[in-house]
Amino acid sequence: MGDERVVALAGVTTTIMPGSFVAVMGPSGSGKSTFMNLIGGLDKPDRGSYRLKGREVANLSAADLATTRNREIGFVFQQFNLLQRVDALGNVELPMIYAGVGRARRRELAAKALARVGLADRMTHLPLQLSGGQQQRVAIARALVNSPACLLADEPTGALDSRTSLEIMALFQELNREGMTVIIVTHESDVAEFAGRVIRFRDGKIVSDVEQVQKDAAASLASWAEAA
Amino acid sequence: MPPPASPVGRKRHEAGATMSVLDAFLSSLSAIRAHALRSVLTMLGIVIGVAAVIAMVSVGNGARARVNAQIQALGANLIIIIPGNITAGGARLGTGNAATLTDADAHALKAEVAAIEAAAPVVRGGVQIVAGSANWASVALGVDLAYFAAREWAVEEGREFTEEESRRGGQVAIIGQTVARELFAGGSPIGAQIRVKNVPFEIVGVMTKKGQSMGGTDQDDVILLPLQTARQRVVGTSRAKNRSVNQITVKIREGEDIAAAEDEMKKLLRQRHRLQDGRDDDFSVRNLAEIQATQEGSARTMAMLLLSVAAVSLVVGGIGIMNIMLVSVTERTKEIGLRMAVGARPRDVMAQFLIEATLIALIGGVIGILIGIGISMISADIAGWPLVIDPAIVAAAFVFSGLVGVVSGFYPAFRAARLDPVEALRAA
Ligand SMILES: Nc1ncnc2c1ncn2[C@@H]1O[C@H](COP(=O)(O)OP(=O)(O)OP(=O)(O)O)[C@@H](O)[C@H]1O
Ligand SMILES: [Mg+2]
Repeated sequence: MGDERVVALAGVTTTIMPGSFVAVMGPSGSGKSTFMNLIGGLDKPDRGSYRLKGREVANLSAADLATTRNREIGFVFQQFNLLQRVDALGNVELPMIYAGVGRARRRELAAKALARVGLADRMTHLPLQLSGGQQQRVAIARALVNSPACLLADEPTGALDSRTSLEIMALFQELNREGMTVIIVTHESDVAEFAGRVIRFRDGKIVSDVEQVQKDAAASLASWAEAA
Repeated sequence: MPPPASPVGRKRHEAGATMSVLDAFLSSLSAIRAHALRSVLTMLGIVIGVAAVIAMVSVGNGARARVNAQIQALGANLIIIIPGNITAGGARLGTGNAATLTDADAHALKAEVAAIEAAAPVVRGGVQIVAGSANWASVALGVDLAYFAAREWAVEEGREFTEEESRRGGQVAIIGQTVARELFAGGSPIGAQIRVKNVPFEIVGVMTKKGQSMGGTDQDDVILLPLQTARQRVVGTSRAKNRSVNQITVKIREGEDIAAAEDEMKKLLRQRHRLQDGRDDDFSVRNLAEIQATQEGSARTMAMLLLSVAAVSLVVGGIGIMNIMLVSVTERTKEIGLRMAVGARPRDVMAQFLIEATLIALIGGVIGILIGIGISMISADIAGWPLVIDPAIVAAAFVFSGLVGVVSGFYPAFRAARLDPVEALRAA
């Protein structure tokens, strides 16, 4: 796009340990999404190195990158990105189709993942028949159904109200406690409070990287309910 | 709750594992169904092309089968000589009405041309037949015994004329099946007394069924009378004086060279009619092989025409599919991005769109085949020829429409597969 070269990200060196919960923050255009796309193997760096579980990913072919995404990464998007003509089960099955899982086994695992995110009673609903929060839960079920090492969520609560955002964060914390690495991009500092580490970007560089005590989303949700 | 079981996950993620063909097929089917009307319109070119091919081949085969059956029925080695020259002066003379051919010509042909098996002089004329209270307009043919041999046409019920009846002009008649049906509806006509142009005849026989002629006339709507009787008392009494005939029906012996026999016949007739060199024939020779050739020629022209319609429709259909697939790729860019994000490799995306294009083309092909068979059945019914549907052509049409799908789906599928996942996800 255009002839001008845009340096979206430069001189970024960081390590994210398995099982951590990281929030990525920064102003618009600071390179957060680019960072996430690199980690997720959607994009490749023009220069430099990125290793996932010790394996160099930066120079994989498109097909190998796809396989890596399929096995190691679960994406959650701000706009959910569900297939509108397919029901919740069908959407959750999608990553397993590309992993070559048989139909019956796929149904079974998709149902399990939907139950895991609290949608046991919404399996055959189409996305349009679900609320925003429920759609995001379907997307999360889809992200975790292949048991990836890492869950990547770019502004997962951007399209949700604060109550629903809390529910989604509680779900992320639960998954994280069970051992999954979770990395989220957010503009909201009260969402970032639920992470154990906050990385701030500005102009394509990391400007701060701090560990913090995680706030408990489930507890916040409980007090929220009490207040109401 | 434990995290989704890791060991299971690792095991299914074998290198090279890919989307199964069935999954790709079902996914394509759902995409096609999501745009049912658009898909059907896209198929139209293929539908028309394939239907045209199926109908064309079937109509061609049916027509040929009928011509062959007719030639078989008529006798493949049949030559018809009529008086007058069709081409003389470029204008059609009153062929058949000129009085240049006679009984004697027929007898001479039989006697002098070795290749001739039978030469039958024939007079003809329209007549009204009355049987009791029923009456029917038909064609009377005055014939001698050679006629039955020349036409390979047998009496089904009753008998042929006797030698005596043929020579002396007996008042006996043999009728065709149509006349029998119209005048005697079911009952046996043998022995019945009828009047033909007010001349009384006794029916002695009924011919076997001959069916339609190549010109489409009913060959069973006929009454055969002894040549002399017909000439003197029923049709064209003017022919009585010079013993002229309307036609000589000649049968060439099996295995003889028809063209050579024709030449020999022409030479003999010119000689008998005392025609100087340079003067036109005063008769015309028509041979069924030639008639068949012209008919096949026009069938071939028709086939070429339909074939070009089919070719054009298939090309247009292919372009239509390519166009719709390009639109579809553009519309579904975000979906493609998502599929890539969750692990679709370029070749998975490629396969999805290729299968979708091929499926559209194949469905179009199947619909086209059904419509083509329908057209074939209707035209066979109307034209009255046998329904001939060649399974090889149906299979070829199916395979070819699939091929059109693959070819026209290739470029759109290639474009989809080459999309950058990040860009694709950003699409609206
Ligand atoms: N396809 C592209 N072509 C050109 N420049 C791009 C492209 N994608 C991103 N950029 C640029 O790269 C930089 C980082 O973009 P990025 O999307 O990572 O920002 P971000 O931090 O996610 O912003 P936001 O908070 O608005 O989502 C920006 O300057 C952006 O303009
Ligand atoms: Mg962004």
